[in-house]
Amino acid sequence: MADIDALIRRLRSELGAEQVITDRQELRTYECDGLAHYKVVPAVVALPHTATQVAAVVKACVAAGVPYVARGSGTGLSGGALPHAEGVLIVTAQMRRIVEVAPADERAVVEPGVINLQVTKASAPHGYYYAPDPSSQQICSIGGNVAENSGGAHCLKYGFTTNHVTGLQIVAPDGDLVRLGGRALDPPGYDLVGAFVGSEGTLGIATEVTVKLTRLPESVRTLLAAFGSIDRAGAATSAIIGAGVVPAAIEMMDALAIEAAEAAVACGYPPGAAAVLIVELDGPAAEVEAQFEQVTGLCEANGAFEIRTAADEAERALFWKGRKSAFAAVGRISPDYIVQDGVIPRTALPEVLRRISEVAEAHGVRVANVFHAGDGNLHPLVLFDARNAGEADRAETVSGAIIDLCIEYGGSITGEHGVGMDKSKYMPRMFGPDDLETMQLVRCAFDPLTLSNPGKIFPTPRLCGEKPGSDLRERFPGVEVF
Amino acid sequence: MGVLDELTRPAKDDDHVGGAPARLVAAPGSTEEAAALVAAAQGLAVVVRGGGTKLHWGPAPRELDLIVDTSRMAGMVEHAAGDLITVLKAGTPLDDLELGGQQLALDHPPGATVGGTVATGASGPRRLHYGTARDLLIGITVVRPDGTITRAGGKVVKNVAGYDLGKLYTGSYGTLGLITECVFRLHPRPAAHAYVRSTAPAQAVPSILAARVAPTAIEVDSATGELAVLIEGTAEGVRERSALLGKLLAGEITDAAPAWWGLPPWDADGIGMKLSVPLSKVPALLDAGATVRGSAGTGVLYAAASGITEVERLRALCVRGGGHAVVLTAPSPVRDILDMWGPVPGLALMRRIKDQFDPAHRFAPGRFVGGI
Ligand SMILES: Cc1cc2nc3c(=O)[nH]c(=O)nc-3n(C[C@H](O)[C@H](O)[C@H](O)COP(=O)(O)OP(=O)(O)OC[C@H]3O[C@@H](n4cnc5c(N)ncnc54)[C@H](O)[C@@H]3O)c2cc1C
Ligand SMILES: Cc1cc2nc3c(=O)[nH]c(=O)nc-3n(C[C@H](O)[C@H](O)[C@H](O)COP(=O)(O)OP(=O)(O)OC[C@H]3O[C@@H](n4cnc5c(N)ncnc54)[C@H](O)[C@@H]3O)c2cc1C
Repeated sequence: MADIDALIRRLRSELGAEQVITDRQELRTYECDGLAHYKVVPAVVALPHTATQVAAVVKACVAAGVPYVARGSGTGLSGGALPHAEGVLIVTAQMRRIVEVAPADERAVVEPGVINLQVTKASAPHGYYYAPDPSSQQICSIGGNVAENSGGAHCLKYGFTTNHVTGLQIVAPDGDLVRLGGRALDPPGYDLVGAFVGSEGTLGIATEVTVKLTRLPESVRTLLAAFGSIDRAGAATSAIIGAGVVPAAIEMMDALAIEAAEAAVACGYPPGAAAVLIVELDGPAAEVEAQFEQVTGLCEANGAFEIRTAADEAERALFWKGRKSAFAAVGRISPDYIVQDGVIPRTALPEVLRRISEVAEAHGVRVANVFHAGDGNLHPLVLFDARNAGEADRAETVSGAIIDLCIEYGGSITGEHGVGMDKSKYMPRMFGPDDLETMQLVRCAFDPLTLSNPGKIFPTPRLCGEKPGSDLRERFPGVEVF
Repeated sequence: MGVLDELTRPAKDDDHVGGAPARLVAAPGSTEEAAALVAAAQGLAVVVRGGGTKLHWGPAPRELDLIVDTSRMAGMVEHAAGDLITVLKAGTPLDDLELGGQQLALDHPPGATVGGTVATGASGPRRLHYGTARDLLIGITVVRPDGTITRAGGKVVKNVAGYDLGKLYTGSYGTLGLITECVFRLHPRPAAHAYVRSTAPAQAVPSILAARVAPTAIEVDSATGELAVLIEGTAEGVRERSALLGKLLAGEITDAAPAWWGLPPWDADGIGMKLSVPLSKVPALLDAGATVRGSAGTGVLYAAASGITEVERLRALCVRGGGHAVVLTAPSPVRDILDMWGPVPGLALMRRIKDQFDPAHRFAPGRFVGGI
């Protein structure tokens, strides 16, 4: 066992005592992220203020052979920031400086602890915003977004975090500060920024992030369409995409999700709806008007029984309020729930949703659906009451079955929340051993000692010393190998 | 007879890469056959060839035994129109794609293949709106230098399961393996388009962006002093937006692109560079005295340099401004003394990636940054 006490002394002298937490009670604040059913109290928490301090902490961990985990705001939903019991949790929340907003370059440079929404707020006076908008945008950090390659309602048109990060400063797992990319596009060499985004803290810690800013659209129009069945809402979604319209967002909620949202925020959605769609179009006014009429027509043609268009910003906010508060709202109709995050091809939506409800019924649990329909990114909320014997297990079974459905239909086990601790066991269902091994070649290049957020993403980490391809003869019997 | 004998033929005169002659050429017909070939070719230096349109980009290989040609791995595997995706084999020429009302929104010269386009990771005018191969690629199959077949990503647009290896392969110039299949996100073909052409200088670019007309491309050409903007969308929208922009730029509205649109500005035997700078530095590039052409909306441009002094001058200008300048192609005497890639931040990590994927350094040796 590494000498944690010696490491703590070193961290105190590098950072100052007030930036190193060892008090058991205080440490417990950090025992989980947004996925509260995994809990581990870290041995130490470090609160660096600068990139140099992050590097010093990582160097100290490497010297001591102690694992470390980065944490931003701790809103992750896959247990990515789950601490290591014998390791250091490096919390970037104090690194909240917006270094620069550079509208002439359409970039902003920020420290990792900066809250997503703050980037938009700082850019708005210049006519820009930061496009990736996870529902947690008021609390999650840019560092966490980079690690998770976070998405949001507007990804359908604008892409994910990875499409909006052009430069990083990272502390590599050996403790070196490295700059990757910058304000200009296409730096020569391998796309290390692209490889780092979405690596969930396993390839090092981002200490500065350069993001693209997006020009605020001239016009935004939002409509809410109510349908008598999920199938009709799904068909309307397909029809919109099929017509060649790329809305900024197409979000769907089913009856149970609507019920929860109404109970929580009284958003006043059309009564009796089995599904509602929120469709948002943005862009030049002339373009948006033409497409808005087209979308309205397609919703009608696919059986919408009521269509409301937001007349002003207040109404638009009300449409979104129900959607954005749906996760939290579900807490009102069920004491416990699991938020699942899987992806299917958009065209399979009606079929998969039907099968989800069959599975749920067979196990006697309820599932509320609220999701990014345009991307086929499902967020089934599996409701249960932990006080009832066996219900938690049944919910877990249903949640797993949903992931299997996503794989069966050629989709993904996660669209935006990441693999983390929670889904590492599903990785072998989506990828073969060779695929996983190839990913870990990258891990070994960055972090041969596997100290950076160990135990996440990969169910069985590779030993970085071994030579790839040593079993060629086995894999290609009869083939000459020279 | 081994797989190698079955699949290879002796090289001919035109089977060379940047002047380096090959010994053998093989054209496998499937991912499995390619894997068997690569596994059997342990010990041989390999360069992958697609359409051959950019094979002269980058330094010549340090060694070359075998050219793996992807022309027999061609064709569309799948086009799921409702899901806006397509699965294509690596040797498929981009010219041949039949996608109905949809498009794979990558500009490309005639003859470019899917694999070559991804491996090169260059970009044309429409990048401003649609992004590049990096952004449109959602899944990939690669034969690793040891012969292992490996997949990353998938067939859905939204997917964060595991590392995004597609990004790493994009622009890797064939140094990490043989790309055999790619999955792309598609876009609907716009109903209408127009070009607004003017002689406004590049300083006008901020005002185009500020006009919020959502251009698909903003291209400049220092040789003609022209600026051209592509507007796409609904018929009504295009009419209105191009009229607005036409007024703003005192420009002419046409159906057709200028003759220089999307073409590299250098001669076949000249020095060709790719320059990328932060947006605010684009005007300085256009005033630098070289023939510069490209995307003023993204800061990625191409230049024809008259000689080594000019290469160095342009590179210094770009690097000082926070950007990069890569020499893509040059006549062989010049090539030998030029540092084609220029300064490369993060090189130590890149070397470690190469060592993991290709420990014997057999794939395109010496073609990439830092002699990788
Ligand atoms: C109500 C709610 C709604 C949500 N909605 C969405 C949504 O719409 N879309 C979406 O994508 N996600 C959503 N999330 C999930 C979560 O907000 C995102 O994953 C977010 O990016 C996490 O940011 P964070 O700062 O909280 O990161 P944390 O939870 O602290 O960490 C997440 C991961 O990032 C790593 N990490 C953190 N900082 C760094 C760094 N500087 N360098 C390297 N690694 C780092 C951690 O090790 C961990 O693996 C939601 C969560 C909640 C609670
Ligand atoms: C002005 C201009 C605009 C351009 N616009 C675009 C654009 O918009 N989008 C875009 O993507 N490209 C663009 N390009 C680049 C160009 O389209 C492609 O790079 C090119 O066509 C490559 O295709 P190819 O099949 O001829 O490849 P080749 O010339 O055969 O090969 C190119 C490189 O890729 C490697 N390679 C080829 N096939 C494979 C494979 N299957 N696996 C691994 N490595 C392989 C080769 O070894 C070589 O290094 C542009 C170029 C210029 C100059």
